[in-house]
Amino acid sequence: MILLTLDWAFIIEKLILIAIVVSASLVIAMYATYAERKVAAVMQDRRGPNRAGPFGLLQPLADGMKLFFKEEIIPNSSNKFLFIMGPALAMLTAMMTSAVVPWGNKLEIFGTTVSLQIADINIGILYVFGVVSLGVYGIMIGGWASNNKFSLLAALRGASQVISYELAMGLSLIALLMMTGSLSLKTIVEEQMKGGWGGILGWNIWYQPLGFLIFFVCAMAECNRAPFDLPEAESELNMGYHQEYSSMKLGFYLFSEYINMFISCAIITTLFFGGYDMPFIDESSMSVNMAALIGIVAFMAKIFFFIFVFMWIRWTLPRFRYDQLMNLGWKGLIPLALANMLITGAVILARQGF
Amino acid sequence: MSTSEILFWFLSVLALFSAIMVLVSKNPIHSVLWLIVVFFAISGHYLLLNAQFLAIVNIIVYAGAIMVLFLFVIMLMNLNKETEPSRNIWMKFSGVISGGLLLWIFVSATRSAGEIVGKTAMIKEGSIGLIENLGKVLFTQYALPFEISSVLFLSAMVGAVVIGKKQ
Repeated sequence: MILLTLDWAFIIEKLILIAIVVSASLVIAMYATYAERKVAAVMQDRRGPNRAGPFGLLQPLADGMKLFFKEEIIPNSSNKFLFIMGPALAMLTAMMTSAVVPWGNKLEIFGTTVSLQIADINIGILYVFGVVSLGVYGIMIGGWASNNKFSLLAALRGASQVISYELAMGLSLIALLMMTGSLSLKTIVEEQMKGGWGGILGWNIWYQPLGFLIFFVCAMAECNRAPFDLPEAESELNMGYHQEYSSMKLGFYLFSEYINMFISCAIITTLFFGGYDMPFIDESSMSVNMAALIGIVAFMAKIFFFIFVFMWIRWTLPRFRYDQLMNLGWKGLIPLALANMLITGAVILARQGF
Repeated sequence: MSTSEILFWFLSVLALFSAIMVLVSKNPIHSVLWLIVVFFAISGHYLLLNAQFLAIVNIIVYAGAIMVLFLFVIMLMNLNKETEPSRNIWMKFSGVISGGLLLWIFVSATRSAGEIVGKTAMIKEGSIGLIENLGKVLFTQYALPFEISSVLFLSAMVGAVVIGKKQ
């Protein structure tokens, strides 16, 4: 099947993988909204959604249906094309990051080996940064195109927050990259699987605790999650950058936030917690498919734990004030990340014996 | 036509079309957005030339940071039809002449560059754009210029802070 010098079997394999990853992240994001409300309910001593289906499990479907059937309003004074492009961009950039995450090792189906990573490019982590830096446009274009002062202010807040925290995020990762010596996420995971005590001691969290902390805080700020949810601070800005949006366009903005959260948890797990490495189990002694399945389960379990931590933090900490947010980013995290980088460099140099 | 040739022509047409749209569009926001499309097309060219690092850095730095700042400034300026200054005919005339002269210089410089006449870019070949090789070259052969340019950036940053503090 060679047409136009393309390997069509390869393309079909990748398309199926992309479809699976995209629909899986959509479903997980959908149930993250349910989990969020349940977690909030537990924290506040309430019951949470319990009307639609058993334990309220159909609640996300009901919410989605409601958003789809609501009236679609495009303000007269808005820029129509950009108004529609805003949520589309937000959704697109949220999805694109999943391309470089290694979801598992590899499967063997009908004698062909299928890698469970859509693209293993040698600039993997830089690609993530590129897509994250484009994520600002969804917020900015949406906020500006609504032609509303509150939306514009919220969009500017959001953009400056994302740009500021991107710096600290990048600097915190440089230390980790100096240790692994590779930008490919797959290589980073494989390096971590070699450690002692069932593989756990190889995880980067033990070597880069400060880097992890900085990366975690920045990831939370990049996702616009509380306590960093200034772009959508209801009490200050009516509703935030999506004030003029209704129906599924609003749904896309809200949904992209949950997808972002899922993908950032996946990246945190990949970088610092061994990715699809299941501790205390020797993957090489099992069949390839079994090992891959166990890997996916372990990866998902770690991701869900971090999603829970994100929610836990949201429902326990109050929102930052804007100047506090900027001070934390520029005067707190960036110097810390620089110091972390210097220490890591010095240690690596000392172990090599100068 | 091979796949990479099709990609090359598609990216070239995209880059030129959006570059023209940057100049033609009346709304400055649209200009900025078209400029972002230009950067994407150029990054695509870098990818075809096997320079992945350059491609992604082009997107991170230009599309992701500098263009966001452009958008910031333009969104905060209140650009309405009424406040737009009317340009007189002489301004337009001189603009056309100086722009045309610049284009003339570009075209003649490209035509006189003998070593690129009649050659096409080698697609998917060479490894200088890969991150390992680029890093090695930057930190060995070009270490001094690299450090000097970083000092330049630092001084620019300090200058921006000093200007910002005065008000």
